[in-house]
Amino acid sequence: MNAILPLALCDVSFAAGGRAIIDRVSLQLEAGPSTIILGANGAGKSVLMRLMHGLIAPSAGEIRWNDADSARARRRQAMVLQRPVMLRRNVLDNVIYALQAAGVARAEQVQLATEALASVGLLHLSRRAARTLSGGEQQRLALARAWALHPEVLFLDEPTANLDPGATREIENVIKAFDASGTKIVMSTHNLGQARRLGDEVLFIHQGRVVEHTPVERFFPTPASPEATAFIKGELPWV
Amino acid sequence: MNALGEAARGALGLIVSGDATLWRIVLLSLEVSLSAVVLATLAGLPVGAAIAVGRFPGRRTLVVLLNALMGLPPVVVGLVVYLLLSRAGPLGELGLLFTPPAMVIAQTVLVLPIIAALCRQAVEDAWIEYEEQLRSLGVTGLRAALTLVWDIRFSLLTAVLAGLGRASAEVGAVMIVGGNIDGVTRVMTTTIALETSKGDLPLALSLGLVLILLVIALNAGAVLVRDAAQRRYG
Repeated sequence: MNAILPLALCDVSFAAGGRAIIDRVSLQLEAGPSTIILGANGAGKSVLMRLMHGLIAPSAGEIRWNDADSARARRRQAMVLQRPVMLRRNVLDNVIYALQAAGVARAEQVQLATEALASVGLLHLSRRAARTLSGGEQQRLALARAWALHPEVLFLDEPTANLDPGATREIENVIKAFDASGTKIVMSTHNLGQARRLGDEVLFIHQGRVVEHTPVERFFPTPASPEATAFIKGELPWV
Repeated sequence: MNALGEAARGALGLIVSGDATLWRIVLLSLEVSLSAVVLATLAGLPVGAAIAVGRFPGRRTLVVLLNALMGLPPVVVGLVVYLLLSRAGPLGELGLLFTPPAMVIAQTVLVLPIIAALCRQAVEDAWIEYEEQLRSLGVTGLRAALTLVWDIRFSLLTAVLAGLGRASAEVGAVMIVGGNIDGVTRVMTTTIALETSKGDLPLALSLGLVLILLVIALNAGAVLVRDAAQRRYG
């Protein structure tokens, strides 16, 4: 099977209402390192991920997966949206729904779904109605649903926004486990501690432009751009 | 006041004594209106959902038209169905005019736009919430529409109830295509109209009471179902 990575963006722009939200971005994402997309609110993190995942189409430029078969590239990636929508059915059926949509044979659905739920620690809640779960549990269900097919690339749009520290820690552990199993993680956050804990490389965006694309161990001590310097200072004023 | 009191006493008497004529009329009304609502729901929900999720030329016009059809005057529907079913009409061969099936057809036509339009609105609102999630999972088109309809099924109950309210309350359509024939096509609303003009106020009023009570009971039932579902599924 062809790998869908690397993913290449060539001069990609996205405009809405006459304003460029993503402005001529070119970059390449390789298999392997976890990529953390950093930037202030409104910098374009979410839009950039949705462009990569194909939920919105660029107004200009090109987004190219290594695998030219776009249907296969679609099936080998998944995304956890900033506000994941749970269907009004039980936890297990939410994961099974995703597997059905991906065309997994009926016989395998329950087993894959059960494994995915076990990997996020939700197996004991399989029969609960998904919408009655707590915020942290719903987020873990969203992770299980996205990961059930063991995608090559997993996009995570601020997966721990609005969660308490305990739930955040649980989510981070799940993400680490997915990373360890070989799935490429592409995650946006504005939590710098989280970026350091989970990331291998940082994609820093400012006003719709990629300002830096560097390894984590270089980004935090020695940011190359004044924007990133200001951002790190602003988020961690005591540094 | 006196006339109302007398009529009310007579009405209670009829209801309590289980008057055969009264209950036959009530039963036929329920049969006709419920059949019409079932048919209109089967057709209206898919049509509404398809318009909500679909993107095709003329969609906006169709939405406006559908919303306008919610206010279709029952007598006009009755007249058109009458012309279709009358002996000289295109469906005259079937011999349905002045039978309960003709009344079901007329009420189905009347209620279909209501259910379809309300469903369209509900599904479209849900689509805004679900669209990116479903597309991320690779779900589009018909499958997305069916998922939405199933996921908001308890909200769609409101649309179906609105249709049932319309069907059970209208007089014009069933009067024209049913003919208000005693023992055959006489339903609650047409009887109320007839008996009032004849001066048999107790029967008219008792039917009116039964009609109102039925509508209240159905709506209460729907609210209970919705609340239970809300607790259960969130």
